[in-house]
Amino acid sequence: MDVNFDLTVIWAFIIAFGVFAYVVMDGFDLGIGILFPSFKVGEGRNRAMNSIAPVWDGNETWLVLGGGGLFAAFPLAYAIVLPATYPLIIAMLLGLVFRGVAFEFRWRDPAHRPFWDLAFSGGSFVAAMAQGMTLGAILQGIEVSNRAYAGSWWDWLTPYTLLTGLGVVAGYALLGATWLVWKLDGTPQAHAYKVAKRAAVATLVLLVAVSLYTPLLDEDYWTRWFEMPNVLFAAQVPLLTAILAFLLFRALAKRHEAAPFWFALGIFLLGMAGLGVSMWPYVVPGEVTIWDAAAPERSQIFMLVGVALTLPLILIYTGWAYWVFRGKVGHEGYH
Amino acid sequence: MWDHADALLLARIQFAFTVSFHFIFPAFSIGLASYLAVLEGLWLKTGKALYLDLFRYWLKIFAVAFAMGVVSGIVMSYQFGTNWAVFSDKAGPVIGPLMAYEVLTAFFLEAGFLGVMLFGMERVGRKLHFFATCMVAGGTFVSAFWILSVNSWMQTPTGFEIGANGQFLPGPSWIDVIFNPSFPYRLLHTVTAAYLTTAFAVGGVGAWHLLRDRTNAHARKMFSMAMWMAALVAPVQIFLGDAHGLNTLEHQPAKVMAMEGHYRSHPDGAPLILFGIPDSKEKRVDYAIEVPKLSSLILKHDPNAPLAGLDTVPEADQPPVGPVFWAFRAMVGLGFAMLGIGLWSLLGRARGKLYDWRWLHRAAIAMGPSGFVAVIAGWMTTEVGRQPWTVYGLLRTADSASPLDAPAVGASLLAFVVVYFSVFSIGTWYILKLMDKAPHPQETGLEDGPVRTAGITPGPHQHPAGKGE
Repeated sequence: MDVNFDLTVIWAFIIAFGVFAYVVMDGFDLGIGILFPSFKVGEGRNRAMNSIAPVWDGNETWLVLGGGGLFAAFPLAYAIVLPATYPLIIAMLLGLVFRGVAFEFRWRDPAHRPFWDLAFSGGSFVAAMAQGMTLGAILQGIEVSNRAYAGSWWDWLTPYTLLTGLGVVAGYALLGATWLVWKLDGTPQAHAYKVAKRAAVATLVLLVAVSLYTPLLDEDYWTRWFEMPNVLFAAQVPLLTAILAFLLFRALAKRHEAAPFWFALGIFLLGMAGLGVSMWPYVVPGEVTIWDAAAPERSQIFMLVGVALTLPLILIYTGWAYWVFRGKVGHEGYH
Repeated sequence: MWDHADALLLARIQFAFTVSFHFIFPAFSIGLASYLAVLEGLWLKTGKALYLDLFRYWLKIFAVAFAMGVVSGIVMSYQFGTNWAVFSDKAGPVIGPLMAYEVLTAFFLEAGFLGVMLFGMERVGRKLHFFATCMVAGGTFVSAFWILSVNSWMQTPTGFEIGANGQFLPGPSWIDVIFNPSFPYRLLHTVTAAYLTTAFAVGGVGAWHLLRDRTNAHARKMFSMAMWMAALVAPVQIFLGDAHGLNTLEHQPAKVMAMEGHYRSHPDGAPLILFGIPDSKEKRVDYAIEVPKLSSLILKHDPNAPLAGLDTVPEADQPPVGPVFWAFRAMVGLGFAMLGIGLWSLLGRARGKLYDWRWLHRAAIAMGPSGFVAVIAGWMTTEVGRQPWTVYGLLRTADSASPLDAPAVGASLLAFVVVYFSVFSIGTWYILKLMDKAPHPQETGLEDGPVRTAGITPGPHQHPAGKGE
């Protein structure tokens, strides 16, 4: 039992890492999609898209790892959360269909490029919104009885989930804008700076709103965040977020190119930490802990071997792929 | 108004619909990725520009097909949980890890190297680029390995224990789970099917351009390569299919009974029904054209061997006969038609008119999509044939679904149908448009095609470390 205890915690961190990797990497992809309509048709859009064309597929694979990993390591959580958020998951998947094919289709059919641009941005927005709302739906609680979802199929739609949905949309837009600041130059880059600032404001406002709303949902959240001694640890999260936000705005004002992206990423990391404070050790708040949902030890060990062998390699060759396409995204007459 | 049966049926239709659509793309990209690796390898070895042109020609098509495969595949990885939650909870400890291995060893490999394969030739040089192409091709195969292991475990489960809470739990050896009895047969049969599918698609395109201009060197080369595949691999595939069938007879006899249309047992030699109309109500095959004792000869290697029929299987455990019977015949019929084209091409080669035989080219065009149809038919045979189980003999399909209301599943099914038909039809049309363009010297790649002039700029050394100024 002791070994299992440790393995389950390790697996919770592996899944959390996978989710974070996804949120960061596909986050800026989807963010670019969300911001796409604000870029000028032609060079601006083409370069924005080309900045992620070689890597988007790899980024999205982390979503499959998140889903597949949850299925494998915490099958009960997978079996409860997905039916509970059914319409959101379907909407996300369909959104990803549209924005995924748009990467190729917009080049294949210049005559209908405006349509595929719309599919790209619309699909990105829907996917981001659905992911944020799924997060909200989990946080606000899921009705469970007898190892299964027991609520109705509209439980996921509340003001709170709309708020978390918009929060993720704004956050992804911030990641996307700061990525473009890094990868572009000239006029599109100036535009990216402008958008990044707005997205940062929106992200922080929504982050504060969600943070204030969450403790009101359930007494347990209140205890976790505001009562001694938890508050001593928990208070570090908003404090660090405020510092990073300040650094982000300063970096944008000083026209730093790479720094804003890393600060935005830091804010996401703190958001993840905040999520940890709110949820640990539950996967379905108040109902199912990671130990309730965990796969048996044999499954955990078998997969852990796989992760230990492959994850370092994955990180190396993914890093290499980013390295190959480093630098500013080119444009006509660039040489 | 709605009950569990409606929701279940809708969930089954949705799964069948999304997986059938999805399967078309990997069936193409598994073979095409390998073909691209071969073309690039030949180019590096011989230095002939023709191979590079062909590589670039098919790379553009690959990019579109792969994108559709990716997005329809993500749907599949979530659908187990959204629609088959009870199955996921119960079987997750056993098949979840295999799917996690698929992600870790295959999806990341494909996706990580795809960008370099599509856009990186100028940036990484020829050898590294070839390496990237091989990694993508290898990834598609590894992916097939794991997902077919999962599917095979659901068909012929071994190496598991049943937990106190009703979950399937892994036994002491994962080898017993992964290499379950039907896996080796299914893997070889399916991967070979993917290669044949690609060969016939490539052959059809080659034939199309030969009909227009029989001197087109690029069209000749791709047609010739595809016809070698047809001639050499189609017979192998028929052999593998037969072996897979015998394996099925051993582990899932009811499926073979449905494939054969054997409602009744035949104590002294069963006939092979070539054609007929199964009538499940009356439990007989109408208008049957049959060869006496041939089925026993094929399945038992003895014309007089007794062969049990569906009358030996409890009603509740029988698969529906019609779809399995028809799908099986479609698959086998196409398999032999492929063999026919392969032999025809050998004849053409022997007579020195491979590139001039118009009727051969027309037939090859007609057979261009045959692999896709055969693959879907084969999939139907095996998946409908294993009903009414999700984990064969142990967990019923009816007991596997999520507790969802029928309207929710109906709405999502409708959305999938509308989106898939529109998006993937358009994508297929783009592929057909690309195929319609004749392959030619100085074929453009993805990074320097006319539409992507604003694309990734060649040359890695302009901005050290990706930092700003």
